[in-house]
Amino acid sequence: MAKLNMVKALNLALHQEMERDPDVLVIGEDVGVDGGVFRVTEDLHRKFGGRRVIDSPLAEAAIIGTSVGMALYGLKPVCEIQFSGFAFQCFHQIENHAARYRTRSQGRFHCQMVIRMPYGGGVRALEHHTESEEQFYAHIPGLKMVIPSGPRTARGLLVGAIRDPDPVIFFEAKGLYHAAREEVPDEIETLPLGRAQVVQEGKDLTLIAYGAMLRVAREAAQVLQDEDGVEIEVIDLLTISPLDRETVVTSVQKTGRAVIVHEAPKSFGPGAEIAATIMEAAFLSLEAPIRRVAAYDVSFAGFAREKANVPDVARVVAACRETLAF
Amino acid sequence: MPRRVLDPQFVIEHLSILDSDGNLDTALEPDIAPADLKRLYRAMLLGRRLDERMVRLQRQGRIGTFAPIKGQEASQMGSVFTLRPTDWMVPSFRETAAMIYRGWPIEKVLLLFAGSLEGGRPAPDQHDLPITVPVATQLPHAVGLAYAAQYREDNVVVMAYFGDGATSEGDFHEALNFAGVWHVPIVFVCQNNQWAISVPIKKQTHSRTLAQKALAYGFPGIQVDGNDVLAVYAASREAVERARAGEGPTLIECVTYRLGVHTTADDPTKYRSEEEVKAWEQKDPLTRFNAYLQKKNLLEEGLEEQIDAEIAAAVQRFEAMAAADPLTIFDHVYAELPPHLRAQKEELRERLEKDVERRADEELPPPLPMRGQRKTSRWQN
Ligand SMILES: Cc1ncc(C[n+]2csc(CCOP(=O)(O)OP(=O)(O)O)c2C)c(N)n1
Ligand SMILES: [Mg+2]
Repeated sequence: MAKLNMVKALNLALHQEMERDPDVLVIGEDVGVDGGVFRVTEDLHRKFGGRRVIDSPLAEAAIIGTSVGMALYGLKPVCEIQFSGFAFQCFHQIENHAARYRTRSQGRFHCQMVIRMPYGGGVRALEHHTESEEQFYAHIPGLKMVIPSGPRTARGLLVGAIRDPDPVIFFEAKGLYHAAREEVPDEIETLPLGRAQVVQEGKDLTLIAYGAMLRVAREAAQVLQDEDGVEIEVIDLLTISPLDRETVVTSVQKTGRAVIVHEAPKSFGPGAEIAATIMEAAFLSLEAPIRRVAAYDVSFAGFAREKANVPDVARVVAACRETLAF
Repeated sequence: MPRRVLDPQFVIEHLSILDSDGNLDTALEPDIAPADLKRLYRAMLLGRRLDERMVRLQRQGRIGTFAPIKGQEASQMGSVFTLRPTDWMVPSFRETAAMIYRGWPIEKVLLLFAGSLEGGRPAPDQHDLPITVPVATQLPHAVGLAYAAQYREDNVVVMAYFGDGATSEGDFHEALNFAGVWHVPIVFVCQNNQWAISVPIKKQTHSRTLAQKALAYGFPGIQVDGNDVLAVYAASREAVERARAGEGPTLIECVTYRLGVHTTADDPTKYRSEEEVKAWEQKDPLTRFNAYLQKKNLLEEGLEEQIDAEIAAAVQRFEAMAAADPLTIFDHVYAELPPHLRAQKEELRERLEKDVERRADEELPPPLPMRGQRKTSRWQN
């Protein structure tokens, strides 16, 4: 057991999985000697060498495309895209191929590969370093879309993703990389994909969040408990797709109220799918309309305005109060 | 004969005019008017001084992450200097000196790096695209501009900038291919600064030069000493003239070196040696050009102080700018605000008003502007 931040926890998962399985390799821009621009692949190159930890040329399409080829051959590549904003350069390889080989070859081939990328706000940089694009991947059949909320879930889910026989898009919230440290067990821990966690039980309202927004949701729940005396149930989604409908629906059947929080723009985002799922399965339990707290439907206008756009505790508290007062 | 050598033979030239020891090839020395030589040097020095100032501003948390240009002044200025204001300039993200020369006010550049896209808005009469961050993606746009200029029969040349790493991206190859097929008036300027973050050129390509990549697309490529402003200028002028005369595209590979960090979030000690940097410091483009001008008696007294004062005044104007108004995030998403965005804008307006009321109630000081934020992590300053 050691207290690790999310960078170190992810790094531990990579070290251990590479030790365990010689078919696991790492590929991406600056993942080798540099250890990744966020240091998630630190020391892997030293330990496993340049053939297993590949500093690739600067080409996202070829990183994913060649990884598809390696996966078809039986290897298990863990690819890093430096920022999620640069994954559009390989979107065709992901959608056209990684997600479809199982169907195209009718089960003869599949792509056991993980595509890691940092996403979300919190760095003071130019365009494409701050956006949240999980909705694009969650919409693609054949892909799994995973977003941990801290060091321990990051470690467990990355192990789970590497061992998963399907291609997994693995988003890492930049704001969480160095945020908090958590106890992470030394022995390998695996978290199953497709399973949400109820991180706090409550009877009055279900608050659904993931990634960096989980902390915001938990803080909002605390404010509501302290100031309004209400009990909020907080769900950490962990896997966006396939969505753990059962956990979400069971909770809302109990509380009758739901608020969903995400950093991606509101329209056609994960919140819409979650809300529709609740409507389909728990309509008669609902006491109030489902609300979404999300970024506005705008393009990045510079980090100086990021704070106003990304959901914060006050916004989540306000949305919950309106839902509770309905 | 089943197997024979094809004609034409492909040739790649390397051009160097003024080397780091001050040796000058007078036969190749370009004819640049004294006033222009002075302007060129001033722009390079401004680039260097501003760069140093920006690093400090970033360390102080007054601007965000940015990519310094130190070492690449000759590559940028020698090339951009051959353009007319009516020509188009398409930057990547490391062309501060060239951008200032093209008319971007310093305070605007600072504003962009302080996280406000207003800083990236070109003036109405400026034929420059804003910075493009996704590597190589601006190159097809540059080819499109050149096609459009040709279509309209305008006397316009397009110059597009990118790095060595960019030559690995599909967009680079697709852009060059289109440029060759369409035979458009464009000059591709590759600043081969030896590194793409931590990846050295050797791991980026197995080609001997980057210039030769042009040959595959049917137009000339030339390698120049990118720290020799005279060589960069000579090659660029030739390429621009060719383009203007309807003779099609050129690729110029400027062999240079990034003397500083990749960006302010980078730590180069992880991947390159001190000796390598020291060796390239000996080839500093400014030192070389300075000595050349000295011999010609063209160095201005007090130039550095004058430039520093200009930068200081711009920093002051930048600091005096009003804090970013969050409501403007809705302003340029569409030509006309659709109803759902109007509603979202209204929601934000109410939130901001409540915030002000709440702060007044609680008598809290207003939140610090982003520009003044403290250090947190590498990527957060
Ligand atoms: C498509 C894309 N992938 C990754 C990045 C992250 N990134 C920013 S600069 C850079 C290296 C660029 O190298 P090069 O083209 O040589 O230009 P230089 O930075 O050396 O000027 C990388 C990988 C990016 N901006 N865009
Ligand atoms: Mg480079």
